[in-house]
Amino acid sequence: MSLLDWLHLLLYQLSLSLLAVGGAVTLAPDLHRYLVNGQGWLSEAQFTASITLAQAAPGPNMLFVALLGWNLGLNAAGTGAGTVWSLALAVLGMAVCTVGILAPSSLLTLLATRWGHRHRERLSVRAFRQGMAPIVVGVLLSTAWLLARASGDWTRDGRLWLLTAVVTLVVWRTRMHLLWLLAGGAVLGGLGWV
Amino acid sequence: MTAGRAASSPRTVLELFWAFSWLSLQGFGGVLAVVQRELVEKRGWLSNEEFVEDWAVAQVMPGPNVCNLALMFGDRHFGWRGAAAALGGLLALPLVLLLTAATVYGQLAGHAAAAGALRGMGAVAAGLIAGTSLKLLAQLRRHPLGLALVVAVAAGAFSGLVLLHLPLIAIVFGLGGAACVLTGWRLRRGVNS
Repeated sequence: MSLLDWLHLLLYQLSLSLLAVGGAVTLAPDLHRYLVNGQGWLSEAQFTASITLAQAAPGPNMLFVALLGWNLGLNAAGTGAGTVWSLALAVLGMAVCTVGILAPSSLLTLLATRWGHRHRERLSVRAFRQGMAPIVVGVLLSTAWLLARASGDWTRDGRLWLLTAVVTLVVWRTRMHLLWLLAGGAVLGGLGWV
Repeated sequence: MTAGRAASSPRTVLELFWAFSWLSLQGFGGVLAVVQRELVEKRGWLSNEEFVEDWAVAQVMPGPNVCNLALMFGDRHFGWRGAAAALGGLLALPLVLLLTAATVYGQLAGHAAAAGALRGMGAVAAGLIAGTSLKLLAQLRRHPLGLALVVAVAAGAFSGLVLLHLPLIAIVFGLGGAACVLTGWRLRRGVNS
């Protein structure tokens, strides 16, 4: 990749940033169009694996963009994998993608929330913050539903759904540590019980 | 809903950084449920009402929601430095972990036990988020719209997304906009004030 290519990548990520309304995963189709089909900087398999890994690993889902940049840098280094040069390009790819995707939206968020905080007693600001609350609950429930459905069909994987239901009750009613629940799920799944 | 204020707040920028690192490392399948548990229930840095309101703003602004929430929270306590510390904490350690995972991915992907463990954790992650949303719903009893309308709007958002496959932006601006207008009207009339 030439210097111009890197600049192009940065500009692309900067332009995408403000479109990420509703989470970074909604950007995946456009990233695929540009990085895989358009520029050919990433393979199909690398793209899919990056998203799956980022979903499974802890941390914000937007980290898949950083992983895409990392793989892209490794590809740009060519055959010299494992060398200092390929590591440097991988870090550069990661930095360009992460900074590009975060900087514009972060600046806008900071400016807008500072404005909102100064005018927090205004009726319109209060109405906005409180009026959105039921939507938050609905969106959270939808996310839970989509995650549960992604892990299995309830007609075949009844025990998986039972696990989800039990965890829902435990989280709602108790203050058990979330890591215990996740570890329990990993053990049950690893042993093939769910 | 102004009754519920945070009981405590972060003392230093470093404490903020580690708090967000720690919660981010627990966030399998989404960090949001963990943010509620850590910042609201464990540390008392936010009340449930503040959490829901902040989350709504983070949701409407472009950019990753949890990142926006971290920026807003850090900025409120320590300005630019706080925003950078919270966002840095959210991203740095999980990123290192993710790169390590990506490097060993080739060896692990074939194992049935690893795939099963991932499935089990996915089911638990779904339960974490569902449980958190029920907890938040219970907190909205004193909402200006009244509990029945709150449940109706939440159910509307859920069915719009899951059954009708509407884009989130339509739900937020359509249904959310209507809910805001109605809330403003109720607030003006002095209900629950």
